[in-house]
Order: sequence, then C-alpha cells, then structure tokens
Amino acid sequence: MTSNNSKELLLEMKNIHIDGFSDERWHKILKGVDLKLYRGEILGLIGESGAGKSTMGKAAMGYTQPGCKIINGEILFDGVDLTKLTELEKRKIWGTKIAYVAQSAAASFNPAHKLMEQTISAANRAQLNSKDLLKKDAIELYESLQLPDSKNIGERYPHQVSGGQLQRIMTAMAMSPRPELIIFDEPTTALDVTTQVEVLAAMRSIVEKFNTAAIYITHDLAVVAQMADRIKVLRYGEEVEEANTREMLSNPKEEYTKSLWSVRSLIKPEETNSEHMLSIKNIDAAYGSSKVLFDVSINIPKGKTVAIVGESGSGKSTTARVITGLLPQTKGEIIFDGKPLSTKLEQRSKEELRRIQIIFQMPDTAMNPRQTVDEIIGRPIEFYHGVKGKDREAKVIELLQMIELDESFLDRLPSELSGGQKQRICIARALAANPDLIICDEVTSALDQIVQEGILKLLQKLQKDLGVTYIFITHDIATVKAISDEIVVMYQGKVVEQGLKSKILNPPHPDYTELLLSSVPEMDPDWLTNLLDKRSS
Amino acid sequence: MGLDKPPVTRYFDWLGNVFQGDFGSSFSGRSKVQGDQGDRSREVVGLIVPRLKNTLFLTGVAALLAVPLSLILGISAALYRNSYYDRSATGVSLVTISSPEFFTAYIFILLLATLFPVFPTISNVDEDTTLIERFYRTALPVFTLTLVTLGHMMRMTRSAIINILSSEYIEMAKLSGASRYEVIVKHALPNAWAPIAQVIAINLAYMLIGSVVVEYVFNYQGIGRLMVGSVYNRDLPVVQACALIFASTYVILNLIADLIGIISNPRLLYPK
Repeated sequence: MTSNNSKELLLEMKNIHIDGFSDERWHKILKGVDLKLYRGEILGLIGESGAGKSTMGKAAMGYTQPGCKIINGEILFDGVDLTKLTELEKRKIWGTKIAYVAQSAAASFNPAHKLMEQTISAANRAQLNSKDLLKKDAIELYESLQLPDSKNIGERYPHQVSGGQLQRIMTAMAMSPRPELIIFDEPTTALDVTTQVEVLAAMRSIVEKFNTAAIYITHDLAVVAQMADRIKVLRYGEEVEEANTREMLSNPKEEYTKSLWSVRSLIKPEETNSEHMLSIKNIDAAYGSSKVLFDVSINIPKGKTVAIVGESGSGKSTTARVITGLLPQTKGEIIFDGKPLSTKLEQRSKEELRRIQIIFQMPDTAMNPRQTVDEIIGRPIEFYHGVKGKDREAKVIELLQMIELDESFLDRLPSELSGGQKQRICIARALAANPDLIICDEVTSALDQIVQEGILKLLQKLQKDLGVTYIFITHDIATVKAISDEIVVMYQGKVVEQGLKSKILNPPHPDYTELLLSSVPEMDPDWLTNLLDKRSS
Repeated sequence: MGLDKPPVTRYFDWLGNVFQGDFGSSFSGRSKVQGDQGDRSREVVGLIVPRLKNTLFLTGVAALLAVPLSLILGISAALYRNSYYDRSATGVSLVTISSPEFFTAYIFILLLATLFPVFPTISNVDEDTTLIERFYRTALPVFTLTLVTLGHMMRMTRSAIINILSSEYIEMAKLSGASRYEVIVKHALPNAWAPIAQVIAINLAYMLIGSVVVEYVFNYQGIGRLMVGSVYNRDLPVVQACALIFASTYVILNLIADLIGIISNPRLLYPK
C-alpha cells in the first residue's frame, strides 16, 4: 500500500456514460463516472445493487452486456482507448491482459469441461507457453491458493469441487496468463463467512505476489476494506465519494456512505421468556438416505426472536422444513404451544397451519407472478378466516399499512415492485393468517444493506405490536445482532450451542462458534491480516 | 392356433415367439397352388423383412442427409443470430415443418420429375437393383423426408444453443477472449447435446413412420405400404407386427437419446 504518485497509470476511465435497455426503453446505468487505477493497486468499487458497479467493472474491459451500450467516455488501458478497438482487437486483450473473476463460480465454469482445461484456456489460446508448462504453472497457482490436492484437482469437473474451491480456481484461471488487471466482481458474495476468509486471504496474497492491479467490486464495505488500497462508492450510476481505505472507514464524508453499514449499528436489547411457543425435542431428519439433522433440540420462547445461525449445509433450513411439516422428522417430537404437532403436513389441522407461517429468502420466487398484491395477501385472509368482499379488502389495506405501504399497491403485480417491497408483501401475506410463529428463512440476505435495515426494523415493530414469535434463520452475524434475543448455532446438522445473545456472542466459545464469529469481516483494514496471524500462531 | 387359451396368454405367447424371430402367419397367404391340402399360409417375417430393409434404406439415407445438415444449419443460425441468414433459415424451416409430406412430395414431383425430368416419380426397387440405381430412384422420397424433418431439428439445435448462450459461463468465455465460433462450438454445443439428441431421436422415429405416406406417394415397396395394405386386407398378424416394430423404434431411439444425454453430461457421468 504505497503512495500512488510514484506509480504508473494503468487504467483511466473518463466520463463513462452507459445506457441499458429494459422494459421497452433505455435507462441510464452510468452517468459520467471517472476512474483511475495505477499499476499494482487495488481499487474497491462499492454500492448497492443497481448502482452500476458491475457495469463499471465490465466497462473497464471495454465490454458491455447484451442490451447495454457505451454512450460516451474513454477507457484508456495502457494508453489504448478500448472503446475504439474492434471486437477482434479487444478479444486479444481479454483473458490475457485483463481478466475477470465472476460472482458465481459455480455458474461461471462450463460444466462440460475439466477445470484444468478451463484454467489454462486463455493463456493457451494466446499461445503464451506450451500446454505442459501452462499446466505446471496452473498447479503452482493452485498450490499458492492453498487448494487441496493441487496436483489432481484440475482433472475434476466443476460440479465435483466446492464453491469456495471453485472461486479460488477461477482466481487461478484469471492469473494464469499473468494479466495486468483483474476485475473481481463480487467474488465472495455467494460464500459462507468461514469460506470467505480463506478465499479472501488466497486472493489477496496472489495479487500481491504478482503485483497485479485489480478492481474489487462488492456491496460489503468490511470485505473491501481488507482488499483495497482505495475505495470508490457508487450510487444510481454516479460517484458518491472516493478516498483511501483507512480514510474512508475512519471518516466517511457522505451520509450515504455511512448508511452502507447501518445494519451493523442496529442493536436490539435481549429479552427472554420462560414460556415456550415451540419446543423441538431430539429431532432427526433425512433427505432420502442421507441424514441431515442429528438429535436437534431447540426451545423458542414466546413473543421473542430466536436466530438460528450456521453455514450452508448446517441444517438450519432443514430445521425450518421439519417445523412446518414439509419434511417429516424420523425421530423426536415438536411441541407447539403445549401440544404435540403431527409429523406430517396433511395431518395438521387448519388452525395449526394458520398459526405457523414462513417467509422465504427469495421473494421473487415465493410469489405467483400473475397475481396482484390484493390476491396474494387476500388469499390467506379468505382461506383461514373466511372473510370475503368488503371486509377482506379492508383487512388487506390494514395489512398494507402495517408494512408501511398503502392501497395504491393493491393492483400491482410482483414484477412492478422493488426487492424490498416484494419482501414486505411476503411479510404481509404471513401476517394475514394472524400467526403466532413466523419462520424467517434468510429473509434479508437477498436485499441491499439499507433495505435490510428497513425490513429488520419493520419485523421488530410488528413483534412489539402483535407479540408474534420469530425463528430467524440466517448466516449473517450482523443481522443476528440486530434482531435476536436468543441464538442457536448449528454445524453439520447438530446444535453447537443455544442461549441468550449476550452469552453466545461473548467468550468463552466452543471451537466452531469461535471460528464462525471470528470469520465475520470487521470494519478494520487490518482485520484479515490480524486474523490470519492469530490463526497461524 | 391356441384359440382356446385366454387372450392375455395368447398375447404373451406371441410376444415370446417374436423374440425368437417368429411373428406368426399371415392371413392372406396364397403361396401354394389351389387344391393343395398342405399349409397355404405365409410367414409374417418373410413378408416384413424385405420391406423393412427397403424402409430402413430410405430413412437411413434421409437421416444421413438431414441430421448433419440440420446441425450445420442450426449451429450457423445460432452463430449469426438475428442476421438475415438466421431469419430466412428459421422462416423457411417453419414452412417446411408446416407442409404435410404428401404436399412436399408432390411439389418435388412437379419440379424435379415433371418440369425438369431429373428423377423418376415412381421409386420401385427390388432385390436386383444396384446401389447407385437405388440412390437414383429413391432421390425424391429421400428429399421429401429430409425436408419435413430438417426444419424441426434445425430449429431445436438453434434454440438449444441460444438458450445456453445466456448462461454465465458463456459470458465468462467471452471475457476470457474466446471467439464467437469457439463460444458456440466449444462452450455451448457440448452442453446442448441432450436436447439435440432428443429431437433427432423423435425425428428419426417420425421419418420411419412418416414414410408410410411418402412410400404411398412414390409407390415404394416399404413397410409402411405393407401395413396400409394389410389394414385393407384385415391381415391382423402383419398389422400387429408392424405396430410392434414402429412402437419399439420410438422406444429404442428415445433410449439412445437418453444415453447420449447421460454421456454428454459430466454431472451424470461422474458422481460427486
């Protein structure tokens, strides 16, 4: 992290305007953004979804997605204006001089080819070296990225390795032709926090090793703080501010920048209740022959919020499926409000079904795209309470007001709502049944930070007004701090520990909780370095 | 004949015999001279085998022409998507799909046999016909079968590839500097084999069975004509045998397509 002045300019983007075509008209995606990048420097680009950060990152290669076009501006890479090059000339730069690392490694590897073949494809196409030497080099890259079995992992197909490993292999693929610039487009967003730490550390060390310049795109300020020398904040296709990492973190100038980590500042005082809404006792569950839950026991206090945390595959969503009856348990029982619940969904009474509702992670897929808001919220009112006509409409409007929307939304379709509004409608649909227990399955993980804050505040307000109990399933520790009273930590289908928030979040921890909590990135540019030092010692 | 046994038993007896190459006897056998007191019936196998050979020859030649042609046309249409070439290819293929075989057949007869007499209108072949002569005589039915199936296979190849072109790994391939041709042939096509194999299988089966109409128009001695003739004559054993052959063609071709789908997909071939 040396001073920029002594370094040579590698990339300069001047006054970039990009338009995108959607909903039958052209929208402005970028409205005149400038960007400078020096050799060996890492620039962080952050913003919410729709801020234009990905478009900016791809534009740095002179590429726009189908349906987008560069209206104005210059992209000078190594002195050459990429906007003036032909497709053929750009292709010679792509992959070899500028490489791209995508968000979802699982979707970005071709499922039909072996990993090694894909790793060396760009360098091999440009004939930078013989195929054998490229393979040898790729194995060395795998090794320095700390991939297990680095000699043979390249002979596997993408579906045979884990998400975190794929993301590292993609970094190796980008590095294979030794590019001068790598664009990292949200490379760790899809990963668990514990995996994220390993991937971040591997990416940072390899970029430093070869002194490659990079643009790191993310919505997570804490992550970018570990990687970048400088940070640029984008919003609505315009620059909000730019500063060196340390300066940005200690002294953000704009209100908007401060709001980016607002969820992290949301804190709820914990309370408990000795009366249990729901008790799960010694539950085992399995998908076919593979067992996923082992002797899980959880108590949910009435009118409070219990957060179930764990990484993907820990069994937290499966627990929710067992509670709702979607997946019958093989052993153990569920006591709901003092009475045991039937294992099978079909055997539960309408009343029992009404009292337990669920809200899903993806509001897009959880709503029928052909139904209006009125139909979506109105159906549970009719189904559970038999209310029809005028009364039903009045109830729908009341619910809309409860979720801070108004009756102008009644005739809208889900496609006409923003992500946050969709999730609010899903909350209203759950509330329409007038439930005692709502299971929130990762309800905020698909949303932007500011929208997340709004949803969490709404859920808290509803709990205060209605006394409803929440089970909050999440992998995000900041959300847990913001909303929960009690925490359950799960790992590999077992409960690691359960207790009040203050007890779980403060030491001493069992090993796994320690690993999980320490892996959550903090707003400290030295956090990753310190953590790695601590873990290796 | 075992008429005293229940129908189910007789059916399975018949099916068991089929596997040993015995399809039973035809009702319309007239092979022995009159007055002969011996067995006058003909074996169904003897009737079917030469006809089946003829039909397999016809559809085989048509398939060898149609499958590679439709793959080339489909891939190139995907490569130059929304170009004039793509639009005219998909447009014309819609016309060929929509026209019934007999219509296409008569158009060919009009053009290549009447106005410009290049090929014969009647494709009568027997065991003595030489291979070259066979090609010449079956040219028009082969063209007809090719044309009616070509469009469907071409459009399916095109759309299977275009479907895959919106995947993230295609964008990734582009951003690593792959050319259009490489993106389509190396990155999209290997993932498109399963749907393409499926549609080829359906069309090959369609060719074999659709040849009933074409054989009739060109008076070609194939199994389709045999079946239609047997229906007229109420010759049930022959009709039954033909139905079994046609049905198993569908099943076997689809099975092959499924196998190709499995082999072309590493996810199914190599477990985690």
